[in-house]
Amino acid sequence: MLDANFFRRWMAATTASVDREAERLTELDSPIGDADHGTNLQRGFTAVMAALEKDAPDTPGAVLVLAGRQLISTVGGASGPLYGTLLRRTGKALGEAAEVGEEQLAAALRDGVEAVKKLGGAEAGDKTMVDALEPAVDALGDGFAAARAAAERGAGATTPLQARKGRASYLGERSIGHQDPGATSSALLIAGLEAAAEG
Amino acid sequence: MSEEKRVGIVLVSHSAQVAASVAELAKGLAGGAAAVPVAPAGGTEGGGLGTSAELISAAAASVDRGAGVAVLTDLGSAVLTVKALLAEGDELPDGTRLVDAPFLEGAVAAVVTAATGAGLDAVEAAAAESYGYRKV
Repeated sequence: MLDANFFRRWMAATTASVDREAERLTELDSPIGDADHGTNLQRGFTAVMAALEKDAPDTPGAVLVLAGRQLISTVGGASGPLYGTLLRRTGKALGEAAEVGEEQLAAALRDGVEAVKKLGGAEAGDKTMVDALEPAVDALGDGFAAARAAAERGAGATTPLQARKGRASYLGERSIGHQDPGATSSALLIAGLEAAAEG
Repeated sequence: MSEEKRVGIVLVSHSAQVAASVAELAKGLAGGAAAVPVAPAGGTEGGGLGTSAELISAAAASVDRGAGVAVLTDLGSAVLTVKALLAEGDELPDGTRLVDAPFLEGAVAAVVTAATGAGLDAVEAAAAESYGYRKV
């Protein structure tokens, strides 16, 4: 079973990898975006960690709802409301249970991904974070390592796609050949689950 | 409708200057719209380009007179942040609505309509209608 500490470790692991990869995320965002994805997420997850320390929520759902709220408030770019909605919706789906099972988490994350798709109007294949998140959720039944691998494959598979959503969509065919920064950061978020499970 | 019940209008842009200038232009073109509460929410809190949920919430609170708040946005994160705030439930005043309209033309239509004392539905309809004015 997964308790609030697991979810705090998830956020901490994601924050650490976003810090580590911020420069790469911003580099990926410079040819097809506005070159701020790494710094925006860094600011957002730093705020998440500060809020988790201050408020110390004691259920998995409360950890994710608080984290999502911070991302919506502080990121400053489109990834804020998108990741914020993902975590908030997932957290709400987990309810007030003190511990949740992996199957429950998989179902809640699926709700979260559906909310992201609805908010951004994106489907798989549009070269967005959905391309990493959706396969990850599909693979979650086979464990966190499988989900990480699926998210990484999904992020890599955005390279030949033409963007149909967001700033990159204005570039049309010129968006082809660049890995999507949002799918890349989504893979970091999913990898954080595996890291949290390792303790 | 009394002055204090006018619909409030929030203009959310990635740029503080754009939001402030569109607010100024809309109020100017609306003539006697001094009584319409209009608040710009542009850029990030640090003064950069982007969207600030805090600035949007503060702007909406500042124009709320109890008759509803119409929020107009430019692109991308401005749209998504307002939608996410509305989904939160308690971040924006009751009767706050994201209006689907072109930013500048919609702002002018919204302010002009609000100045007549019209309700939120009429303000929203007028702003949305400005999609229909073809230029060519």
